[in-house]
Amino acid sequence: MRQLRFDKLGAIIAALALGGAFIAPFATFRANRIVAGEVKSVIDAVPAAWSVALLGIVVCAVIVALVRSPAYLRLAAAFVALAALALGIGVAATHLTPEANTYARVSPASGFWIMLFAFGLLAADALTRLRPAPFVRIVVLAVVLAFASAILLAGAWDGLSILKEYASRVDTFWAEGRRHVTLALGSLVAAIVVGIPLGVLCHRVTRLRDGLLGVLNAIQTIPSIALFGILIAPLGWIAVNVPGAAAIGIRGIGVAPAFVALFLYSLLPVVANTVVGLAGVPRDANDAARGIGMTDWQRLVGIEFPLAFPVILTGIRIVLVQNIGLATIAALIGGGGFGVFVFQGVGQTAMDLVLLGAVPTVVLAFAAAIVLDAVIEMATPNTRQAEAA
Amino acid sequence: MPKLATLIRVAVFLLLVAFLLQPHWFEPLLRPLVQDNAPVIYNQGSLLQLTFLHLRTVALAVAAAALVALALAILVTRASGAEFLPLSRSLVNIGQTFPPVAVLALAVPIFGFGEKPTLIALFLYGLLPIFENALTGLTTLPPSVMEAARGAGMTGGQRLLKVELPLAMPVILAGIRLSVVISLATATIGSTVAAKTLGEVIIAGLQSNNLSFVVQGGLIVATLAVLLHDGLQAAERRLAARMGR
Repeated sequence: MRQLRFDKLGAIIAALALGGAFIAPFATFRANRIVAGEVKSVIDAVPAAWSVALLGIVVCAVIVALVRSPAYLRLAAAFVALAALALGIGVAATHLTPEANTYARVSPASGFWIMLFAFGLLAADALTRLRPAPFVRIVVLAVVLAFASAILLAGAWDGLSILKEYASRVDTFWAEGRRHVTLALGSLVAAIVVGIPLGVLCHRVTRLRDGLLGVLNAIQTIPSIALFGILIAPLGWIAVNVPGAAAIGIRGIGVAPAFVALFLYSLLPVVANTVVGLAGVPRDANDAARGIGMTDWQRLVGIEFPLAFPVILTGIRIVLVQNIGLATIAALIGGGGFGVFVFQGVGQTAMDLVLLGAVPTVVLAFAAAIVLDAVIEMATPNTRQAEAA
Repeated sequence: MPKLATLIRVAVFLLLVAFLLQPHWFEPLLRPLVQDNAPVIYNQGSLLQLTFLHLRTVALAVAAAALVALALAILVTRASGAEFLPLSRSLVNIGQTFPPVAVLALAVPIFGFGEKPTLIALFLYGLLPIFENALTGLTTLPPSVMEAARGAGMTGGQRLLKVELPLAMPVILAGIRLSVVISLATATIGSTVAAKTLGEVIIAGLQSNNLSFVVQGGLIVATLAVLLHDGLQAAERRLAARMGR
């Protein structure tokens, strides 16, 4: 018989997952929102049939991880285990909550998070080995998000404490979510509209480049909470003294300073990447374009811009992921966004509330990174083909 | 021109020290930012002490991050750890999408309020740039040099210590510099979970609507970041020059 070969990463994943399943607690039960909880192992947390199924799936996935198996099998095992965890924690919530008790809180405990991490690692490793095409990565992301939405819509997680926090804040959650996305995307769009022309200008006028990039660099060193705060003063002044400014929503506190701060932070990556992208355009391409009598403008739109596009897109990716994270700070100056729940939760030491703000932020940032990385990869070979043609 | 730039930096540094030691000298400058009766200079603690604590938090976090990131980078670039290399690259990419506020807030239930969650968040966030740069440095060494080292009969450990690490050092240091600058700014957010950093000054300003507090807190951090960035960059250049690159 051929000897089985072991996978080094698999050994780490196996240790983590088995420790998470058999030693660490699976769920925490608390009589109400803020008291200390008692922890429950997998066997206590879910009905017997479920614990057998869940532990069985975990052990099977660990075996797949441990031996050298094909990458697609490892990916399948990781996803099955993750799905089982997702369903299992929902079952635990229903199982542990006494009938008709609205105060009791059930939340995932360390074992759940450790297993989530272990199988997430297995999935990441398998995906890295499979190197799926950009389009496939977006499809995988869509499937995962659809699965999570289906669980949410079916109400399988309704017993979990984070969703109880959500249930008491349905309206504000979506309002803050919209504001979060508007802040992150709106400031990105503004930075693109202003930053790309500035980048072109910097590329053409060398003297301007060092000065402007220096200023933008300096802005990046101002801590976000300070920049948000500093902008309160000038915007407050504008709101009072410029006719019509207050009418379009410019205020000293709230969305306006947050928007401007995010815009200022976004400018550097957009401008700098435009400059780098344009500088990387091969001289031959420019010479050829000049040779066939293209004007400066035609050259910019027809040659330089398409060739620099992937680099500019990389700048946009950095900005979007960064903005989604930074928009949480807006809550400190009344700008809203998911940060409202994070800081409220920190203030009340209610971790479920922190999660209600943090989880959507992380999911948004993560999804944005995957989608834009895929788009960048799709944009890059096209330009190469154009280069070759 | 570099002389002028150095002079400006020295002047900025002296201004910073003067502000930290004798903040009331600068009161007239900041007075227009506040209402008549409000305090101009932060009065709930010593700016110097907060600056010291801020720098200590950053130094501890970055030092730990540098040690761990470098060890990991060395591990995955050895033959025995090679199978972790692609995964570690993906993990770095994934890790960078986690917003610092989320990391900070999620560290609170495990480590409580105060300095600990801040240290953990800064440590985790500081790992990534150092690890990324160490990987770049260790995987882009000229093959001819590696061949020569092997040909000279050096063992794996000797090659690592005498050839690979010294050659990769400028890139690794650039990663540490990036990490320091990011941590300096991120540490201010730590004050939302009651860590003693300069963020306390800014948050006090936001809460009492005192713009002068916000500005002084922000400017001290920004000045520290610029000075440390330039100082570390100068150190890198000197090191690179000494190695004849």
